Amino acid sequence: MAIELKMPALSPTMEEGTLAKWLVKEGDEVKSGDILAEIETDKATMEFEAVDEGTIAKILVAEGTDAVKVGTVIAMIAGEDEDASTVEAPKAAPAAPAPAAAAPVDVPGEGKDVGRAESEAEITKHDAPPAKPRPSDPAIPDGTKMVTTTVREALRDAMAEEMRGDDRVFVMGEEVAEYQGAYKVTQGLLEEFGPARVIDTPITEYGFAGLGTGAAMGGLRPIVEFMTFNFAMQAIDHIINSAAKTNYMSGGQMRCPIVFRGPNGAASRVGAQHSQNYGPWYASVPGLIVIAPYDAADAKGLLKAAIRSEDPVVFLENELMYGKSFDIPDLDDHVLPIGKARIVREGADVTLVSYSIGVGVALEAAEMLAGEGIDAEVIDLRTLRPLDTVTVLESLKKTNRVVVVEEGWPTCSIASEISAVCMEQGFDWLDAPVLRVTNEDVPLPYAANLEKLALVDAARVVAAARKVSYR
Amino acid sequence: MADRQSTPKSNLAPLSLHVPEPPSRPGDAPDFSHVEILKAGVTPRPAEDSDPAAMRDHAYGLVRVLDDDGAAVGPWAPKLDAETKRRMLKYMLRVRAFDDRMYRAQRQGKTSFYMKCTGEEAVAIPATMALDRDDMCFPSYRQQGILIARDYPLIDMINQIYSNSADPLKGRQLPIMYSSREHGFFSISGNLTTQYPQAVGYAMASAAKGDTRIAATWCGEGSTAEGDFHAALTFAAVYNAPIIFNIVNNQWAISSFSGFAGGERTTFAARGLGYGIAALRVDGNDALAVYAATRWAADRARTNKGPTLIEHFTYRSEGHSTSDDPSGYRAADEKTAWPLGDPIERLKAHLVASGEWDDDRHEALRTELSDEVKAAGKEAEKNGVLGHGLHQPFETMFEDVYADMPWHLREQMEQALAEKDAKWPK
Repeated sequence: MAIELKMPALSPTMEEGTLAKWLVKEGDEVKSGDILAEIETDKATMEFEAVDEGTIAKILVAEGTDAVKVGTVIAMIAGEDEDASTVEAPKAAPAAPAPAAAAPVDVPGEGKDVGRAESEAEITKHDAPPAKPRPSDPAIPDGTKMVTTTVREALRDAMAEEMRGDDRVFVMGEEVAEYQGAYKVTQGLLEEFGPARVIDTPITEYGFAGLGTGAAMGGLRPIVEFMTFNFAMQAIDHIINSAAKTNYMSGGQMRCPIVFRGPNGAASRVGAQHSQNYGPWYASVPGLIVIAPYDAADAKGLLKAAIRSEDPVVFLENELMYGKSFDIPDLDDHVLPIGKARIVREGADVTLVSYSIGVGVALEAAEMLAGEGIDAEVIDLRTLRPLDTVTVLESLKKTNRVVVVEEGWPTCSIASEISAVCMEQGFDWLDAPVLRVTNEDVPLPYAANLEKLALVDAARVVAAARKVSYR
Repeated sequence: MADRQSTPKSNLAPLSLHVPEPPSRPGDAPDFSHVEILKAGVTPRPAEDSDPAAMRDHAYGLVRVLDDDGAAVGPWAPKLDAETKRRMLKYMLRVRAFDDRMYRAQRQGKTSFYMKCTGEEAVAIPATMALDRDDMCFPSYRQQGILIARDYPLIDMINQIYSNSADPLKGRQLPIMYSSREHGFFSISGNLTTQYPQAVGYAMASAAKGDTRIAATWCGEGSTAEGDFHAALTFAAVYNAPIIFNIVNNQWAISSFSGFAGGERTTFAARGLGYGIAALRVDGNDALAVYAATRWAADRARTNKGPTLIEHFTYRSEGHSTSDDPSGYRAADEKTAWPLGDPIERLKAHLVASGEWDDDRHEALRTELSDEVKAAGKEAEKNGVLGHGLHQPFETMFEDVYADMPWHLREQMEQALAEKDAKWPK
């Protein structure tokens, strides 16, 4: 069969070039490696070599031709045992099919909703949430004792339990061993598990994030503690470019079961560089799981799930929550499903969606709203990726109003995402626009009065809830 | 410059900025007069458990085994039998044949991109042969020799390069960014040197598990400037990780000569000294020297004596990639003026000089390998080439993002399949 020689690309971005010179003519015998032609681009000249042997049957583009598109057939080679004189130039590609009939057009000023009836079905076809089995929290057996525990202890217990059960699990980070963690989350772990499994590291988040990624691919189950996620910005290359996508790029060969955890978001007067919420950053990355719990029971149950996950997990804690106490069911193995939101307060009038420390703000606002006769439902997303949009949409269906509360910046936030989901998939149930209550769009100031003004608070949530309730 | 202090505060001479400039540029005669080449055989071979401080000179010298007459001389000469050396030569010739054909295949539009390792064949192949088969390699992008020396099927390499229906990486990676867990070949990263700390992590995991496998990793001299490099060396030193760091100093990072990575000031091997890591500087075009150095480092790592940094001094004979044209930035004849020669010719000369090889057998082998690569190429083309429409089923796009496909990806996949069925009914 004749071989088509096509205008080659010097680089993946080259679109056209000049066929400067032919070094062969029709009828010439060529063998692999022979230079056939010279091609010029604005950047370089390259020699175009034969890959296969054969006879030049036809030259289809004359030398000196400018702007030859990459992929154009420029010559034909007759293969072995083929008569060069019978080789035909390739036929032109068939014309593209005619475009489908134009859809009705909504002309501005000519009346609204032209064609809406037809397009509506397409736009709102998500109206029934998928009826697939969804994960749900395991039932807590009757009579289970509840124990009051801080979030800090809950996180430590989750790690300790998983380390007891699986000797591949280890903790690594700055100050995690002797010092027991900058925020004392790894308290007692060194004593129980020793320095080979609770490892103090040099001060380079970049280094130990990369190290952990390699260790995970090497068969261990690392928990990498960042002193805060603010310091993980230099590690984000390993988290996103390696941990999150190596499995995909390797065709499923190189799995990376690792947990990156540490405090995230604003604490108290630690300034602009130490007060940032990275939830939306990581939640935008395919391949990562992102968890941001609020209370102690969720912190424990979800961290255990994260450590068992086959996927890389970014686990976002909050410094201000570490010392807060909550009831935890006293179970041997309290594990919660990843990707499932929780309704922390039922209500009928407006849905307040939040995660992490924002859930506390939303609950406080709900109490205040109750005093005004507005019955708010509060949803704790718990997992930011994959996002449990079904729980949000089901609640929207009931209350017809959504306010998202987020301790973080407004632009490209989780609040933005929830707002988009409500509009795309819940448009017909909305009685008011979705409102975002977030921090001010500024680096967080240090001064106490300014910091307070820049952060979300219950009063602003109440105001937003009133607004969407038209009260 | 505009903001320069207009009235000097003293009569000091003004400061001047140094911008590195290579010894020769296009149009100049190539100049390697700055390169000091030690004689083969003169570098002593320390014990594998030596204290790095006791072997500092090795970071500035050059371990060489093959002399100008093709004899293997000095304490580093590995005692390899002729059969092993012929196998080494065959692997190196196979890589070269593969590179030649794939380069031309790119020019024919069968792939968008290719990178040759011409002149650097001795960096990866003897090193791989000196490692154990199940040691884990974290390569950069010019170590296709690792896969070749571990007998990875050529057709699978080509399937990956053509991103076709049999691509083992399912059409998800740039051409040449191979990955094979089974062959101890970690996925190549397009973000330079990320493999360095990952390799240390792998090595530490191996040590933590009480395994016997070590890790080896490679980067170019240009990417030693990355923070990864320094973080990796810090960790390897702190935890005495069982790892071999290889710096392939081929003197060019695309168009930036090694001076832009600090090569004017010291050797790249000397980077190890500041970390207390044993360092060897090796003639990277001397297959037997690379084998011996890697074996030394592997024995050291495997007996818990610590990491080693090896600088392979070599020369990138061709362009950086198919997208590069080096005639725009370096002297044309550097390849021939380069004093350490061609690694294949040098190993061949050694085998011929010792009566274990001859020109006829060499030519016959070259032809055999060229035919073998050609046949593999033809076979791979049956699975498609770039843009020919034979590729992975598109729903595979949604697979392997997570261990289990989450509901939102499943929904996207089902929607995409439904749209496909609507547009192109079966």
